[in-house]
Amino acid sequence: MLRRPFFWVIALVIAVFALAPILAGDVELRESLLLAAVYITLASNLNLMLGYAGYVNFGSIVFFGLGGYICVYLMGAQGWPLAAAALAAGVGVSLAAFLFGLGILRLRGAFFALSTIGVNEAIQAFVSNFDPWGGSAGLYLSTELFQPLGGPMQALWIVYFLLVAVMGLSLYLSYAIKASKFGLGLLAIGQNENAAAVLGVPTWRYKALVYSASAFLPAIAGGLYFFKSAFIQPADAFDLSLSTEAIVIAMLGGQGTITGPALGAYLYEELRGWLLTSETFSNFQLVIAGALLLVIVLFAPGGLMGWIYGRWPRLRKVLE
Amino acid sequence: MLGIFASIVDGVLVGSVYGLAAMGLTLIWGVMDVINLTHGAAIVAGMFGLYLLTNALGLPPYAALPPVLVAGFAVGVLLYWIAVHRMIGRPPLMSLLSTFAVNLVLIGLGTAVWGTVLFNVAVTLPSVSWGRYTFPGTHILAAVLTAAIAGILYLFLYRTRLGKAVRAVAGNREAAELVGIPTTRVLSLAFGLGVALAGVSGMLIGTLFPFTVLSGDAYQLKSFVVTVLGGLGNPTGALLGGIALGLVEGLATPFMPVSWTLVIEFALFVVVLIAFPAGIFAFRRS
Repeated sequence: MLRRPFFWVIALVIAVFALAPILAGDVELRESLLLAAVYITLASNLNLMLGYAGYVNFGSIVFFGLGGYICVYLMGAQGWPLAAAALAAGVGVSLAAFLFGLGILRLRGAFFALSTIGVNEAIQAFVSNFDPWGGSAGLYLSTELFQPLGGPMQALWIVYFLLVAVMGLSLYLSYAIKASKFGLGLLAIGQNENAAAVLGVPTWRYKALVYSASAFLPAIAGGLYFFKSAFIQPADAFDLSLSTEAIVIAMLGGQGTITGPALGAYLYEELRGWLLTSETFSNFQLVIAGALLLVIVLFAPGGLMGWIYGRWPRLRKVLE
Repeated sequence: MLGIFASIVDGVLVGSVYGLAAMGLTLIWGVMDVINLTHGAAIVAGMFGLYLLTNALGLPPYAALPPVLVAGFAVGVLLYWIAVHRMIGRPPLMSLLSTFAVNLVLIGLGTAVWGTVLFNVAVTLPSVSWGRYTFPGTHILAAVLTAAIAGILYLFLYRTRLGKAVRAVAGNREAAELVGIPTTRVLSLAFGLGVALAGVSGMLIGTLFPFTVLSGDAYQLKSFVVTVLGGLGNPTGALLGGIALGLVEGLATPFMPVSWTLVIEFALFVVVLIAFPAGIFAFRRS
């Protein structure tokens, strides 16, 4: 893997993310890159389902929100340190996704998609009524929890670097899966699930595994993100528009590729920044995201990477 | 036990309206294997159609039904040509995404115009008393109208030439094409009908409960549950599924807070899908 150029492309992206705000000493740049890192994490993990296996997950934000809740709860109520709580969030959500996936992934294509819409609604309703997690009022973290990391200022930097690491791991995970036999099986499922099953791909187990794998890093990212806010409530944690944006990003960049979601996340973040500052369009953010998605699905299902590959076929060897 | 009985009957009345919404969803699925994610938006559009026609034009609430039906059909046909036509025969992922995108645009526009505040259309009808029980007149009339519309749809699908063409395309599109049925036109017709049914059910729900622009999600989820209960692609089953869901809601409401309803419905959805994974398909294919 180390000999492949793409390995170093990812390393370069991580380095830019890590170094740019330090060199510029710019906190605003850091916050904007932090959001981009979260977008990239969500989109590239969604892409494991959407791009590889051809299964759309409308509720990928559940992983993020649930991870956030577990992490905040373990830190606030149980006094766990950040690293342990975030890891526990990742493992816990991943495990839950696996068990749940075993049941729900018996369903094919569209039925699975329907159930993922329901997952989000149901989990949000559950958390809003779950008293140990503060119900609809949510959970707060005391600022003292920032002390072990060297105070709030330094803690924000540490959280940023951790999120960049999670983003990098997401990209490497996408890459490792794509290069493996497991990934080949997923791509076969995406092309034709019956044919894949006949050829001996354990489709059900593979789908449950990839569903669970796509939950791990978003859950950790959610834990870190809501630790940073020191506050979590159901409406923020299970914000459906973030799920939607992850889909738009993956499709915009090019589903099934690894560069695509990262590129899409960067472009979408730019577009969003522009829309939020524009007087006319600030109310129409979802409308524009929807219109963008429709245009991509109708006219350019390969997304940006599809267009780039078509234009410069040789790039296929460098950019996965 | 007085409360439970009344609650069950009321649940069945309201559930039949959910069944009407689900008939729209299941018709589209049955005819073109597309899951219409603009369903929730269509339901909300029906609600706001009711609101506009009664508040701005001063129509009596139930007079809003024909215009909502016609407008729903027109919008549905338009949506078919914009978002669905190019997706026919492509992987289900694509039509899911395209209808999802249209849903985003519609809900986004609705939010920009009306915000997310609660709207309420006041409908005054005398309640009906039966022994010691009293049922709201609006709920009864909604169920009656639902039954009438379902009856008309049944007559259309089974007694008219065009309806038979719709069923033929649902059964086997290529064969229908071979015997000279203009399948594309039939597909757009079916999509228009599906959206019109969703709009009318939204309008009827609007006479029962207050609503917001974002209400569509919850009712869309209910429609999914209902279609799965009734067997996808089966309009009669959808109506029965709606009544079954209403029954469950009626049984559950006296015992737990309303905010749990969605959790229960979703659990029901998953359990039905997992317990009868083949059943749903077998029912349709047979």
